Amino acid sequence: MNRTFELSEFLFLVAAVRWTLLLSLVAFLGGGAVGLLIAIMRTTHNRPLRLVTAGYIQLFQGTPVLMQLFLFYYGLAVLFNMQVDAWPAVALAFTLYSGAFLGEIWRGSIQAIPRTQWEASACLSLGYFQQLRFVILPQAMRISIPPTVGFLVQLIKGTSIASIIGFVELTRAGQLMVNVTFQPMLVYPVVAALYFVVCWPLSLLSRSLERRIDADLGIKRHL
Amino acid sequence: MHYAFHFNVVWDHWRELAEGALLTIRLSALAMMIGLVVATVCAYGKAAGPSAIRWAIAAYVELIRNTPFLVQIFIIYFSLPALGISVDANEAALAAMVVNFGAYGTEILRAGIESIGHGQIDAARALGLTRLQTFRYVVLFPALKTVFPALASQFILLMLASSVVSAISAVELTAITNSLQSTTFRPFEFYFVATGLYLGMALGFRAVLGGVYWMVFVRGQRS
Repeated sequence: MNRTFELSEFLFLVAAVRWTLLLSLVAFLGGGAVGLLIAIMRTTHNRPLRLVTAGYIQLFQGTPVLMQLFLFYYGLAVLFNMQVDAWPAVALAFTLYSGAFLGEIWRGSIQAIPRTQWEASACLSLGYFQQLRFVILPQAMRISIPPTVGFLVQLIKGTSIASIIGFVELTRAGQLMVNVTFQPMLVYPVVAALYFVVCWPLSLLSRSLERRIDADLGIKRHL
Repeated sequence: MHYAFHFNVVWDHWRELAEGALLTIRLSALAMMIGLVVATVCAYGKAAGPSAIRWAIAAYVELIRNTPFLVQIFIIYFSLPALGISVDANEAALAAMVVNFGAYGTEILRAGIESIGHGQIDAARALGLTRLQTFRYVVLFPALKTVFPALASQFILLMLASSVVSAISAVELTAITNSLQSTTFRPFEFYFVATGLYLGMALGFRAVLGGVYWMVFVRGQRS
């Protein structure tokens, strides 16, 4: 009666990688938009805006992703008075989650740009948004790329938690396979290997970009 | 929205929730202490061991850092009995957290060790200290001091990530919240309060670790 873990089962897991990647992509793009907003609001001179965004970041970085998923899942159900699909809850929760992390990373990048750049562009009579658009953000973006890629790895791994509320991605597909094959010691290492194949190149990329930018900025590291 | 919130149901179960929070705190604190020992040993091995050991530690760190914690839990939960070690879900959860924190801790400590000037190590060796003594008396303490904030952040991430160990039915705050909400049919209220408890624990741990830093590295060094 039992199925054994063979090629077709392996291909089922490989096919599930696309849901992990799709969820990560949605959360990354949505979170990127939220994060940019947060980063800009965190670096303004407006105190209430800074406080609100700091609170947002603290809230999402100081609570477990799993709790955020549960809250959005049941929160949306409460809001619309009916059971909702896992997709919108998961997509929304991971978007806001990555918005908090990307916002904090990009805030650091913006603040790493010397104040003289702001002053010089103000002297050229650029407005605030022109300063951001033409002077600050292009430079900040360069510094922010390695940690952003690093966060992408964290996000891809994090989406595995969506399996707990029943969203079918790679980890959930692995659980389903275990349920029919009863071979957890084969299935889970394969699942881990698939994550590794996706995440490791990104980790290496992040590290080499960091090294290159450090070299450009003249920062020496012992390696 | 036609939903009446019933937080009084949650209040009726405050004892169970408090117990869950304590379990989470104990599990995380234990995992951190053991994990820190693992990380210290691995960091020493990576800095001073023969190349085979260095290679093995690097592989351990990369494997853990590029796969999801949830999948690591499943693998450890199913592989320990296969190795003839019988464990309950909580012990498996602790083992998984130690293995996870050990890898991140190794990488963080490595950075700290590399920040120690070579002159310090040469001087210690010239005084006749062995490699291990040099590590123990000259390198470790300042290295820990340098990377303490990063270790503290990683520890808080570990505490928050511990919420997913409920997936192997280990008992802590999330597992208790899950069972409470399923018997009372008040998921949103319970998850809301549990999220608040996690936030409180994250802030509390940050404060406690700040206190530890001050006691060990600021006041401790003055005398």
